[in-house]
Amino acid sequence: MANFLPSLPDVLKIAFCIGFFVLGITPLLVIIERRLSAFMQGRVGPNRVNIPWLQRMGGVLPGGLGQPLADVIKLLFKEDFLPASADKALYYAGPVLVLVPPALGMIVIPWGNRIGNEHLQVADLSVGVLFAMSVLSVAVYGLAFGGWASNNKFSLMGGLRASAQLVSYELALGLSIIAAIMLTAGAGPDALGTVDPREIVQRQTHGILSWNVFGGGDLKMAPFGLLAFVLFFIAALAENNRVPFDLPECEAELVGGYHTEYSGIKFSVFMMGEYVGMILMSSLMVTFFLGGWYFPGVTDPADHSVLAGLLSVAVFVTKIMTILVFYVVIRWTLPRFKYNQLMNLGWKRLVPLALANVLAIAAVGVLGGAK
Amino acid sequence: MTFGMKLKSWWLKLMVRLYIPAALQGMRHTLARVFRPKVTLSYPEEVHVPRKGYRGEHRLKKDELGRMKCVACLMCQTACPAECIRIDAGPSPWPDREKIPIAFTIDMLKCIYCGMCEEACPCDAIELTPTFNKVATTREEKIYDINKLLSR
Repeated sequence: MANFLPSLPDVLKIAFCIGFFVLGITPLLVIIERRLSAFMQGRVGPNRVNIPWLQRMGGVLPGGLGQPLADVIKLLFKEDFLPASADKALYYAGPVLVLVPPALGMIVIPWGNRIGNEHLQVADLSVGVLFAMSVLSVAVYGLAFGGWASNNKFSLMGGLRASAQLVSYELALGLSIIAAIMLTAGAGPDALGTVDPREIVQRQTHGILSWNVFGGGDLKMAPFGLLAFVLFFIAALAENNRVPFDLPECEAELVGGYHTEYSGIKFSVFMMGEYVGMILMSSLMVTFFLGGWYFPGVTDPADHSVLAGLLSVAVFVTKIMTILVFYVVIRWTLPRFKYNQLMNLGWKRLVPLALANVLAIAAVGVLGGAK
Repeated sequence: MTFGMKLKSWWLKLMVRLYIPAALQGMRHTLARVFRPKVTLSYPEEVHVPRKGYRGEHRLKKDELGRMKCVACLMCQTACPAECIRIDAGPSPWPDREKIPIAFTIDMLKCIYCGMCEEACPCDAIELTPTFNKVATTREEKIYDINKLLSR
């Protein structure tokens, strides 16, 4: 029985993972997105609401940090609307199924180097990649349920689009992950690739060229690594329903798509689920392609002190924040695709390219001699 | 068409079809926008100052003796395309003119701020001020009578 009780470090790690990566970065990301998009449009953006006791600390922080908090409080007190003839159970399940899977996926992400004997990762699963992928697929149900249960034509269209889009792009996503896994194959005892996220990061800690985006230590593989990264990035955009792939919730035609009928706290849970999904996707990107918590010259993989551990977490957070800002810039730059373009891109471009990429990596690996 | 030109056109077409170079270019543009000066104002602290010659709400001018300049000729009322000016003339207490307005009412909700009244006035008695903020809570507040117009 005692084995099932979590130890103190485990509790701390879970608290950090949920408290920071899910509940901490999300509001930060919301305010960054709103301010940044305002700047891009020549506006100032929300800069009034402050967190009261933080404001008193000399006004060092930029204004508006309390805006997401205020928004959540507002949404909490709004009417929790249930449309007539909505499927009640599925209607309630929708937002939850959007928020929980990405939060669950975060547990296999190694967000820091080892401190002492504790790996900074909630669950060290040897099949972590597969776990993250399978858990991600569940999020489709949330969108489809939300669209179906609302009993609204627009919502149903959004839900249908979401399910078709997510299923299509999951293929390209999976294939580019396979490419990343193949790139992790190294010499000697590491001759085989690995699906353990911690191990994947560990193998990318030998200089910047050992990152999978640069071929995982083999310069012959660099173009394939880069291609896999670009494919993963595009597929991740589509998986997160982000512009330019935000067809399931396009405001102009579908009035919000699958969350048209949602209001109050359920709507905010939907939105939060999307942001957590973005955080998970960028974490996966950093883990598979950009060396995880490792940055040459900043973090030393052999240093297991507390300070080095915290530094590695900081490096990881910096990396995912960079990707998330990239997401925001893309959102305010690119126009939305048409649905046929979306499907063409997914099935006729990304999937064959990702397949060819996997084959090319295998061919170069075999013909070019093992590393 | 030389081979070089063909190659170049093929390359450009490929770049367009790839979509990503164009997307990156667009993102560079978007990012550059972040550092441009803001065009909006933080309203209660910063107030918009209209340019010179901005046509805001009217006022009636007074001469050097402190008397209103208006002689109730009804030129502005006639010129007004929105028919928002209403003047009731009465006998003048001063010898230099025959009439003065007893009532001079402008419905600011009807006014289109075209400045025709200012153009029409032969005595330079009415003008549009650069008042930008025209807030009121009731309709009645926006119907300005002679005292209000003179006091501005």
